[in-house]
Amino acid sequence: MKKFAKRYARNHGAVFGLCIILVVTALAIAAPFMYDYSPWMMVDTPLIPPFTNSAYPFGTDMLGRDITAGLVWGARVSLIVGLLSTAIALAFGIVVGAAAGYCGGRIDDALMRFTEFFQTIPQLALAVVIVAVMSPSIYSIMGAITAVSWPPAARLVRSEFMTLKQREFVLAAIVIGQKPSRIVWSQILPNAMSPVIVSASFMVATAILTESALSFLGLGDRNMMSWGFMIGASRTMIREAWWMSVWPGVAILLTVLAINLIGEGLSDALNPQLRKRGE
Amino acid sequence: MDQKTPLLSVQNLTIPLPAGGDRPYAVENVSYDIFSGEILCIVGESGSGKSMSANAIMGLLPDYLKPTQGQIFLKGTNLLTQPEPWLQSIRGQEIGMIFQEPLSALNPLMTIGKQIGEVMQVHHKYPGEQRKKRVLELLNFVGLPDPDILHDLYPFRLSGGQRQRVMIAMALALEPALLIADEPTTALDMTTQAQILALIARIQKEKGMGVMFITHDFGVVAEIAHRVAVMEKGILVEQGPADQVLNRPQHPYTQRLIASVPNRRMDESLQVHEPAPVMEVRNLHKTYVVGGGLLSPKRVVHAVNDVSFTVRDGETLGIVGESGSGKSTIGKCLLKLIGVDSGQMLFQGQDIVPMPENRFRPMRHNIQMIFQDPYASLNPRHTIGKILTDGPIANGKPRAEAEARARELLELVGLDASSFQRYPNEFSGGQRQRIGIARALALDPKLLVADESVSALDVSVQAQVLELLRTLQQKLQIAMIFITHDLRVAAQICNSVVVMHQGKVVEYGRPSQIFESPQNPYTQQLIAAVPGKDWNPAQVETV
Repeated sequence: MKKFAKRYARNHGAVFGLCIILVVTALAIAAPFMYDYSPWMMVDTPLIPPFTNSAYPFGTDMLGRDITAGLVWGARVSLIVGLLSTAIALAFGIVVGAAAGYCGGRIDDALMRFTEFFQTIPQLALAVVIVAVMSPSIYSIMGAITAVSWPPAARLVRSEFMTLKQREFVLAAIVIGQKPSRIVWSQILPNAMSPVIVSASFMVATAILTESALSFLGLGDRNMMSWGFMIGASRTMIREAWWMSVWPGVAILLTVLAINLIGEGLSDALNPQLRKRGE
Repeated sequence: MDQKTPLLSVQNLTIPLPAGGDRPYAVENVSYDIFSGEILCIVGESGSGKSMSANAIMGLLPDYLKPTQGQIFLKGTNLLTQPEPWLQSIRGQEIGMIFQEPLSALNPLMTIGKQIGEVMQVHHKYPGEQRKKRVLELLNFVGLPDPDILHDLYPFRLSGGQRQRVMIAMALALEPALLIADEPTTALDMTTQAQILALIARIQKEKGMGVMFITHDFGVVAEIAHRVAVMEKGILVEQGPADQVLNRPQHPYTQRLIASVPNRRMDESLQVHEPAPVMEVRNLHKTYVVGGGLLSPKRVVHAVNDVSFTVRDGETLGIVGESGSGKSTIGKCLLKLIGVDSGQMLFQGQDIVPMPENRFRPMRHNIQMIFQDPYASLNPRHTIGKILTDGPIANGKPRAEAEARARELLELVGLDASSFQRYPNEFSGGQRQRIGIARALALDPKLLVADESVSALDVSVQAQVLELLRTLQQKLQIAMIFITHDLRVAAQICNSVVVMHQGKVVEYGRPSQIFESPQNPYTQQLIAAVPGKDWNPAQVETV
């Protein structure tokens, strides 16, 4: 574990990314303590430009809502949606991929055709349809993101399983009489996890972007302030009040960038040989 | 010979290893000469630094390894002080090199003719029409059939031995004065190895080149060397004429290495009575279907074709064959890791072929396997303790009992009991193979299948593991099937031998009969290909 941390720390970008995510997470957790009023509440005169009023450092929007409060509350939605939908998609993808990769044959064929069915539909279009049909709420948004993001995970796990299944230590486990479920759980899965962890971090970033896109299109949860909704709501005001769309945009950019940097760092730290070969 | 100036002279070469290595120097104070018209063999085990000085000669050392001391003179010029462009001009022209892996040393996207021609192009030799003529001449010279057709083929169409011949043709293109061969036959089959060794010896004689031949195999040394240099952990411990080093080794390390060389010490005393058969294989068939896409026709490969044999308690059956002979497929069939097309496998009289997996699983502990690659056969994320107890626990033994037994087994295979808590990456190849053996024994098997279990190991480690297998088998009286490509190893430990060729059993009998008077032409060829067969390491005088 110490070695892992050391290898991770060697990638400065990844450390920077981790710091940003820690700040965003801290803000998301602290949101109810920092702003006891709802981010939807009108607190002052509309369209206060940023850095003019110390109470509202990032200004207010056209209805007089505090943009800073919106950003902090929006961090909650982004992180919850990003992490939870990735976790569900990953769990589903691992089960499907592991079953397909380990069993092979007809089960593999059937599961892969099912996966391809999801992959042939454009991701955002499918997500929009699912949310629109199920009526927008945080649950339907997470469901939609899960539905579009599990297929790559399943494919990755399947290919890892197919190679690991042939390895001698797995054959050895069959030979000593271990049951298939035990072989999958204790022999193959732990060895397949490092690429899965790396791709999971990129899935979180994609999930945050998808959530923003859905909110931008007006398919966000009506009760929760989100960065995508803030940009969507301010697009008509972009000439008069640039700050309304710029701050949430910067928040999305920094968070997604940070998660990508973390993914890169994890990939280097989990596969040290790959990195050395590249140099 | 001593009056001549040497072609290549390495003097007091020292290359330090980066800090944190297991020893301070990769090679330390190494000196040797190579004269025109002789083959110098550099012998050593893995990690002995034997390839390092060759890489230094070619200027192929990575940046973090730089010689700190010593000179390398090629025809009187010190190579270590020359600039890179000058070195480029002599590579290929003055020194040719052959690598170990013919698969990866050729560019897969370039035709054979182009690759050989490229050497001449780089050095601006044989312009225009002459180039193709020269390439064809070289292909012919290294004994490849149909040079005209081969000229336009891509490397994937050739076998390993043919690719190695192409590599040799490339190295010879500009008639270098010195040829460096770094384990050129290690990746090849025994019969192919014999052909390549004969080719190198012939070329060397015809062209009067100096050859530096790096190998770990004393059989190969006995076959072709004029002079021998032995390396141990970066130090040159002994050098001299081949006859002297091989038959009257001075240094204890050389003596130990030579004593480890598998020899035909056939022990026929073991089989006096005929115990009950443990495994009887009758008319086993296994075919693979290759290809069979929409457009390509299916190709059926008979991996195992009508194979029958019997193994008895306390007996070792050797299955010998070259790559592609189907010997490993038999091993996998016996453990039911792959399906069988037809035939019977009677384990203690019960046919296990038609058994479904869930009925066979409780019987699995009777038949255990020792795998080929000690680096791939242990789960890197499990401790040795877990690796050894997994099997007994899966077969219903209580954990405490399994753990106690695992500690016992570690001792039995010659490992420290403290290994229990450690992970596989803390062990060397030989130690890992011992762990693999302990894992197999943990289930008290009746039959042990060892698939090339010592071929990835150094010769001295190989001898230790073979000795371990032998004593364990005698102590526990289990039957063993030993699959190997190396006839010398088979001769050393087997009570009976099956020789396989293209999926068929071509000869089956006692080792003495097979080695002294082989009946089948293929077996005869295989035995003739054993390197250094005229040299008997058992008769070495140790002073």
